[in-house]
Amino acid sequence: MNWWSRLWRRNRLEAELEKELRFHLDQHASDLIARGRPAAHAQREARMALGGPEQVKQNCREARGTRWAEELLQDTCYAFRTFRHKPGFAVVTVLISALGIGTTTVMFALIQSVLLKPLPFAQPDRLVVLHGFVEHLGEVWGYSYPDFKDIHQQSRSLVLAAWTYTGGTISSPGEPEYVDGRQISADLFPTLGISPLYGRAFHSDEDRLGAAPVAMISYDLWQRRFAGDRTVLGRKLIFDGTHYVVIGIAPPGFQLSGEADVFTPIGQSTDPRMHNRKAAFVKVVARLASGVTLNQAQEEVSLINRRLAREYPKSDAEVRMLVRPFMQEMVKDVRGTLWLLLSAVGLVLFIACVNIASLFLIRAVSRERELAMRVALGAGRGRLIRQCMTESAVLGLCGGLVGILAAAVSLHPFVALWPGSLPRADEIRIDWRVLCFAIAMSLLCGLLFGLAPALRVPMQRLEQALRGGRTVTAASRHLHSPFVISEIALAVVLLVSAGMLGHTLLTLSSLNPGLDPRNVLTARFALSPNAMADPSQIRSAWQEVLDRARRVPDVQFAALSDIVPMREGENVLDYRTTPTPLPPGQEPFALASSVTPDYLKVMGIPLHQGRFFDEQDREGSEPVVVVDENLAQHAFGRKDVVGKRLWVYALGAPVRIIGVVGHVRHWGLAGDDQSPVHDQMYYAFAQVPVPLLHFFSSIMSITIRTRTSPLNVVDPLQHELRGASGDQALYEIRDMEQLIGASLARQRFLSFLFGIFAGIALLLACIGVYGVLAYLTRQRTSEIGVRMALGASAHDVMWLVLRQSLKMIAVGVGLGMIAALAAGQLLRHLVEGMRPVNAATYPMMISLLVLAALLASFLPALRASLIDPVKALRQE
Amino acid sequence: MAAQKSDLPQGTLDLLILKAVAVEPVHGYAIAQRLEQVSRGVVQVPEGSLYPALHRLENRGFLAADWKRTETGREAKFYKLTRKGRKQLDSEAASWQRLIEGVGLILGTAERGAQ
Repeated sequence: MNWWSRLWRRNRLEAELEKELRFHLDQHASDLIARGRPAAHAQREARMALGGPEQVKQNCREARGTRWAEELLQDTCYAFRTFRHKPGFAVVTVLISALGIGTTTVMFALIQSVLLKPLPFAQPDRLVVLHGFVEHLGEVWGYSYPDFKDIHQQSRSLVLAAWTYTGGTISSPGEPEYVDGRQISADLFPTLGISPLYGRAFHSDEDRLGAAPVAMISYDLWQRRFAGDRTVLGRKLIFDGTHYVVIGIAPPGFQLSGEADVFTPIGQSTDPRMHNRKAAFVKVVARLASGVTLNQAQEEVSLINRRLAREYPKSDAEVRMLVRPFMQEMVKDVRGTLWLLLSAVGLVLFIACVNIASLFLIRAVSRERELAMRVALGAGRGRLIRQCMTESAVLGLCGGLVGILAAAVSLHPFVALWPGSLPRADEIRIDWRVLCFAIAMSLLCGLLFGLAPALRVPMQRLEQALRGGRTVTAASRHLHSPFVISEIALAVVLLVSAGMLGHTLLTLSSLNPGLDPRNVLTARFALSPNAMADPSQIRSAWQEVLDRARRVPDVQFAALSDIVPMREGENVLDYRTTPTPLPPGQEPFALASSVTPDYLKVMGIPLHQGRFFDEQDREGSEPVVVVDENLAQHAFGRKDVVGKRLWVYALGAPVRIIGVVGHVRHWGLAGDDQSPVHDQMYYAFAQVPVPLLHFFSSIMSITIRTRTSPLNVVDPLQHELRGASGDQALYEIRDMEQLIGASLARQRFLSFLFGIFAGIALLLACIGVYGVLAYLTRQRTSEIGVRMALGASAHDVMWLVLRQSLKMIAVGVGLGMIAALAAGQLLRHLVEGMRPVNAATYPMMISLLVLAALLASFLPALRASLIDPVKALRQE
Repeated sequence: MAAQKSDLPQGTLDLLILKAVAVEPVHGYAIAQRLEQVSRGVVQVPEGSLYPALHRLENRGFLAADWKRTETGREAKFYKLTRKGRKQLDSEAASWQRLIEGVGLILGTAERGAQ
């Protein structure tokens, strides 16, 4: 019979044991009778020989090896019985621990899915990303295509691949639809270690100019447009005006910094930037060759880097090429936030544990008599400790289960709340690792809050405890105050952090964005592929778009722009104030945007001096720019710079400054101060040379100022702009206020969460203060009675209780403030635009806490002052 | 485990039980009787620790038990040796034998040395 069946059939075993021993005794007795003893004597003698029957039975039970499990079962049942007896206590503790475990589980699920789980590629730890770094610019997004080609050819330690963004209208088969795409090098799929779901990936001889146009499509597009029909392989697809043959379908969920529907070979691209060493627009990913370490790869890349810098000093001298692990690159934006939130949630969990522990302790003290009784009846200390721990572990597990359920329900709504895009968001789920973590955490918490009461199991002075005499109050006061103090200290940390975040959010949102965001609509726009096919027609096609847009009712102004403030996308150019080139690394940079004349009116940017562009500024006339006040100040040291000249390499030579406008917080209300580029310039879209128009047209956005709410004009605008063949579409439609709001999304999100955490912490701390004081006051009833009998007034008694809580609050606040300083440093590190602790935050948050804590201690104090001395003394 | 003092050296009771059961299936009372008879009353088996030892040996798979009727018609739990138990008995008996020889040798030497 194995262990399990021994446990299951313990009742049968028990009966058998009884029967066996009975048989033994009867047999022995009858033997003795047979030898001539009187019957009464024989029975007695047989029992004497065997020993105490209960003792023998107990020893036999122990031989089964199932005793601990039986006792555990017993204790668990007992625990449930006591909870049923006091359901309020059980419900409160289960809810509190569910809160702690639930929030921690959500955060851990995020961290597990986003940061810890390996990427869905073959040997993901061997994948790296090549990064560019420029001294004055900080990190740059990618590499130029010629640089990529050179490294690709020269590197031995890395297998490289590249991709870049693209997009366009699919005009056949089916309805025209704008989709995002990626141009990828032929070795991207093999490098990542993935293969197409159906069909094949690109061959290397397809990854060059003039090869037959082939394309892969996403699983999504395949399902959406082709209903998962496999005969799509080999069929034609007209994308961005080019006829492609579909040769493969990417695996489901395949992403390259966001979803894309069409993949084309980058080598076939006719983009003029393909030959420009200064245009860093391709992202380079690579796989470490076998046996090569990250450091070795970095050394080799640095070597190639130096060689390129010598060969092409104009473009490559300032760029430093860095090799980074793929995973690190993918999650770098969220790593800090996730760990920050996990630690905040950890604090909440810890406060919850401390809170429950103190509630348990109070209960344990009031159960002293019961426990003393059990000791007197022969229970061992170990046995009682185990029973206490079982009780709290059962509560912890119940709380954990409720918490896990709550986490499972709230995980996806929470992910949807996440500001911006969370990488790998579709992989987030509660898997078995998260489940194990949550269960282990709840068990651990359960044991933790049972520990203190368990260690207090009374073993000495039993009769005192049994008589119900008051045990020493001073000792239990010392026992309880650490709980209250640590709860208060942790609540201070969360409150001050929340205060700092809230203050930062307020300061940032009151910043002037530099433009008037009301009633402004922005949208990206895909020009008809027919118009795009002929460069000489592109400009007039755009002009028509603007004219049509102006015809829509309630549209006040319409303009084009290649980049839109506070939206992703940037174009940074170097400039100088003299024709002589500066040594590399010393040229200043400015954000440059290509716009049409009404842009200033659409955005409501103030014109400080001179004029903005007009119809006279076009190709062939003198190249002109408008600069912002920052550029004027940096470059010339003064504001009146109209008429001066700038040399901008990318704009093809000297340009005349015709106006000065206000600075716009392009990188977001919070991010603009952190950005390495503070200067801005505008140039006329009408002066962009014809060969570049195709590329510019793929990135232009339309911006519109409306008379009423901008959302009202979206539909008429869509309709008006569909174009003659209906193949033009607005997409990524945003209104400017939305974009400004989104630029603070991270700060708002963190303030919101920290606000909630701080609220919970405050509530728990108050429950803790209340519970402990209520208990201590009850313990001191007779003492208070004596004091009152001796002449203490109600006021004195209240003060007696409040003083006790004030002491704990003061120590807690003191410790908490020190910890809050450290937390503040951490926050400043992790949240952009974070303001240092201002003078108002600390006192405000701390007085809030002290007030709440005093309120919580007021009730026990009041109750103490209402004690009737006669009754109190009679009780004794 | 069993806290009762035994006149037997530690661990000997198990060996004796295994030996007592080796011949044929017997019940607990008979084991006690047999041990007493065989050792001619020299070894007093503490009855209190007999049953825990039996149960322990059963749970470890050295003994198997069946409920059978005795000659007087009452149901009793009969223990018998399993194959595993027989192996255990052989090895325990052998090591006990070696121990006795070793101890005897030392005692013999000591006597001679004293003479």
